[in-house]
Amino acid sequence: MVTLRGDLASAGLKKAVRTLTGVAVPKRGQARIADGHCVLWMSPDELLIFCPYAEVAKSVDKIQSGLDGVHALVADVSDARSVFTVAGVGAREVLAKLTPADVSPDAFGAGMVRRSRLAQVPAAFWLQDDDTITVICFRSVAGYVLDLLSSAAAPGGEVKYF
Amino acid sequence: MVLEGVPMSARLASGGRLLDRSRPLDFTFNEIRMRGFAGDTLASALLANDQVLVGRSFKYHRPRGVVASGIEEPNALVGIGREGRFEPNQLATVQELFDGLHAVSQNHWPSLEFDVGTLADLASSFLPAGFYYKTFIHPRAAWQHVFEPFIRRAAGLGTAPRERDADSYEHFYVHVDVLVVGGGVAGLAAARQAGAAGAKVLLLEQTPYWGGRTCVDGAVVNGVPEGEWIERTLAEISRMENVRTRTRCMAAGLYDHGYVVSCERLADHESADGAPRHRLWRIRAKQVVTATGAIERPLSFAGNDVPGVMLASAVRDYVVNWGVSPGDRTVVVTNNDDAYRTAIMLKKTGLEVPAVIDARAQASGPLAAQARDLGIRIECGKAVAKVTGRSRVSAVGVAVQAGEGAVIDEIACDAVAMSGGWSPVVNLWSHCGGKLEWNDMNAHFRPDPDRPPKGADGEGFVRAAGAANGTESVAETLADADSQGRAAALATGHRKRRRAAPKAAEEAMQPMQPVWLMPQGAGRRLRQRIWLDFQNDVKVSDVQLAAREGYESVEHAKRYTTLGMATDQGKLSNINGLAVLSNELGAEIHKVGTTTFRPPFAPVPLGAIAGEAHGSLFQPVRRTPMHDWHEAHGAHWEPVGQWRRPYCYRLGGESIDDAVRREVTNTRERLGLLDASTLGKILVKGPDAGGFLDMMYTGMMSTLRLGRCRYGLMCDENGFLIDDGVVARVGEDTFLCHTTSGGADRIHAHMEEWLQTEWWDLKVYTLNLTEQFAQIAVVGPNARDALELMGGMALGSGALPFMSWADGTIGGFDVRVFRISFSGEISFEIAVRANQGLDFWEAAVEAGDGFGAMPYGTEALHVMRAEKGFITIGDETDGTVIPQDLGLHWAISGKKTDYLGKRAQERTNMTDPNRWKLVGLETLDGSVLPDGAYAAAEGENANGQRNVQGRVTSTYFSPTLGKGIAMGLVRRGPERMGEVLEFPCSDGVTREARIVSPVFHDPDGAKRNG
Repeated sequence: MVTLRGDLASAGLKKAVRTLTGVAVPKRGQARIADGHCVLWMSPDELLIFCPYAEVAKSVDKIQSGLDGVHALVADVSDARSVFTVAGVGAREVLAKLTPADVSPDAFGAGMVRRSRLAQVPAAFWLQDDDTITVICFRSVAGYVLDLLSSAAAPGGEVKYF
Repeated sequence: MVLEGVPMSARLASGGRLLDRSRPLDFTFNEIRMRGFAGDTLASALLANDQVLVGRSFKYHRPRGVVASGIEEPNALVGIGREGRFEPNQLATVQELFDGLHAVSQNHWPSLEFDVGTLADLASSFLPAGFYYKTFIHPRAAWQHVFEPFIRRAAGLGTAPRERDADSYEHFYVHVDVLVVGGGVAGLAAARQAGAAGAKVLLLEQTPYWGGRTCVDGAVVNGVPEGEWIERTLAEISRMENVRTRTRCMAAGLYDHGYVVSCERLADHESADGAPRHRLWRIRAKQVVTATGAIERPLSFAGNDVPGVMLASAVRDYVVNWGVSPGDRTVVVTNNDDAYRTAIMLKKTGLEVPAVIDARAQASGPLAAQARDLGIRIECGKAVAKVTGRSRVSAVGVAVQAGEGAVIDEIACDAVAMSGGWSPVVNLWSHCGGKLEWNDMNAHFRPDPDRPPKGADGEGFVRAAGAANGTESVAETLADADSQGRAAALATGHRKRRRAAPKAAEEAMQPMQPVWLMPQGAGRRLRQRIWLDFQNDVKVSDVQLAAREGYESVEHAKRYTTLGMATDQGKLSNINGLAVLSNELGAEIHKVGTTTFRPPFAPVPLGAIAGEAHGSLFQPVRRTPMHDWHEAHGAHWEPVGQWRRPYCYRLGGESIDDAVRREVTNTRERLGLLDASTLGKILVKGPDAGGFLDMMYTGMMSTLRLGRCRYGLMCDENGFLIDDGVVARVGEDTFLCHTTSGGADRIHAHMEEWLQTEWWDLKVYTLNLTEQFAQIAVVGPNARDALELMGGMALGSGALPFMSWADGTIGGFDVRVFRISFSGEISFEIAVRANQGLDFWEAAVEAGDGFGAMPYGTEALHVMRAEKGFITIGDETDGTVIPQDLGLHWAISGKKTDYLGKRAQERTNMTDPNRWKLVGLETLDGSVLPDGAYAAAEGENANGQRNVQGRVTSTYFSPTLGKGIAMGLVRRGPERMGEVLEFPCSDGVTREARIVSPVFHDPDGAKRNG
């Protein structure tokens, strides 16, 4: 996982992202998924790039060298985060119990990413497919987030809304 | 004790559209076993069991019976459930009956039937409004010791549960175009039309049933009976993909930006486990339609609070919905046509209606005609002068409405059905600023369509529909709701084809006549027996007294009399009360206005508000990569922000104090290991990074050489010290800023705020890398030896001098080593990838084994800092302290033209030589000063308190020095070295301490180089 901050509209940054990942810089609120890579729009000047963990140092170097002379910040953040998969027909509902973001199918579809919170901690999430949501949070609260997701997904609490 | 109850005596042989008579349910009320049916509410089941008395009022402990049939009920509050599932103050009229339900009445002692508190009632003429305020003000001490404990025991409704809540709760966030609140015919019509337009619609109904009042009162809609139309409409709605519906879901509050909070009761109606008990819906709606209906008003006549006196509509509800007869002989008293429905329905059910007492001079409407045709006696221009009976109605005295209450006739009865007209439920409309207008015709406040609650765009985002908007007939209601639903959808940009509006036949009605006092000339004796607020025991005479005593504002009168301040928030009493007030003030009702409607519409359980945030999820706990190791090695935890850090590690049966002393001594003499992963680590990069940090820190950071570290202080724009930490230059245009453990997120946000709002032209990016690295401090004389045993990079003072850093490997781990020290000992802070944190820690523990390595916690860290006179943010600082107070001039650059806080620190108050400044404090007897203790000065202040001249900010027992040491802020402290101060402590002992240098240990700093 690599954080890239910079001018997302600049040609140098666009090229560096494409060279590393094979995909273009995602638009606002979007995720772009390619073989082995995934690029998430995190803010108007921030991307999160997923790459294989073993190659992260190489990926940072590669993108850094592609940005020579461009004002940008590139950093490995792989160890700072934990990743969860929420899968099943109730996946959206589980998220909707914890985040104020709109996760209904027409507001949150494939290829979209939301940066919000789950209960009391920051989190980002995006759809792998309609029933599978990937959630990232900071590693220190992984236990809290696991408990949150587990309790929200406990049988008996189905809302059957979406 | 379980007693056999009386057989059901008030249950009618047939009827009750909500009942499933094939499913009897057993329940207990005050330990008496009773029986009801599926579909009953607790109130209907109690009435069916002839349990008319259900509670006692708040102030006078008057007997109270069920008066309403829904959420507006003021009287029938009971405690439901046992132990961890006990809930006080539940409305019997809302609580659905389930098998095994356990209910107890409230506010009585020793029993519901015989209550000592009723003595207050006998004395009620001596306990008028404001009595407590007036009586108990003097003598002051008497209030606290005599009156308040007594009143607290006498007053109060349900008791708080004693045990931990056994249920679970959750929140649910949804975003819709149109939220429709209320599932009566208006809500259904509005939701249908909004849905047809293509809007995302959510329709909420607080009861388990759709259709509202119309199901009881009947109507013909689109040529079919109301029930059929409701079924068809629900089916039509359920076919719309874009419409969702929810019952048992009460919209409690409406807020800015279309935010509506609603409470869904999932498991209140059954005893089943598993499901959450309540789900709090947190809804964002672009448009809200409030189809919340109307609530019938009581009439103000003497004895209107006697059990058996009910709202006319409630009487109909109990008969039609639950097959319960509130009385065999019911007198109807009214000022409008609607109550005739009750008389007609009772008569048709085969019950007696001895008379309809109509305050109007004549009753000429079709409903009155129908009643007359059924042979019901109608007394026009009459009033109820009084109600006979104490815990149950036995008769009413009839008088002339225009008179003063001389009884001209007495009618025996066991129930009274009263109707004073209908008030639209305007609560949600009003919560967010919607205004009301007075409607003379119907004598009620209705939403003023020109002054709705407005959104960020200046447009209204709430529309009232149907009875909530002041409509009277079903025909008007349907037409209004249909168009409001359409308008709401259009306002959200949805404009698919409109469907035909539902139509009902118009009904002719004779206008109601406002009646605020019955009879009109009721004298003082009667007015003292006319209740406005049944729960809080506020009478007509109380409101009149308030007006006479100058409480002209309705808000003041409310607080003086407590009118509308009970758990029902005056749903029945508000309009009647302010009508009395305005009459007394000689002002029109709309000039007096209403009190403020505030959320929640009806009480929402605290558990629902807490949602998932209880037990282990109460707050997030942040764990470092080595958390489990600490846990397994005896860590005694300390919360630091949301982190848990080991305070110390207890070996065997060691005390906490002993553990801390051992850790300090071991680190100073041999080798200590500290998990410092929680330290904030913010990467700051860009061509302007150096200049940016020169503004953020008091010191000069731009001149820091690559590979070097510098201690920095951060102040806010008022000059106050907010954080400290070591900055390392890790690249030509890149700095790594360490913050305090609790400060990482706050300082990162602080940096971003300045970059985004003030210095947006600076080319700087920041990133919070706190969690990317585990950081381990290896501290003490043996530190270098232990790390060299692990093998790897050069760690000598030549290769890695004090206040420098280097990348390399140690023990095969990729590391970045910082030569910094917070203890005064030689120290290496080693950052590794977080995923390798535990491995490195264990390798360091193993390598340190032969060097006496022991982990140490935050308290040993603090003790060692204090021994060196190093400050701690949050101890020496409290938001009022500037670096200059702490003798930190050396960390403030004199060369810079500016930094955050510089100008503030030049204010006269900040440069006042009398400011309290940092010094060391050494007790004369070697004891430890209490934290926060004040140094006394001569004389007393204006409040008769001893003057002070300083206080203790950090205080510890120093194992290194074998005595207590402390730091403190003392007036002109550094100029007063050697002076002895007195600290009067809260244990009554005055301790003496000498002002000394805050650096107690190794003042030359020789040890940091090992």
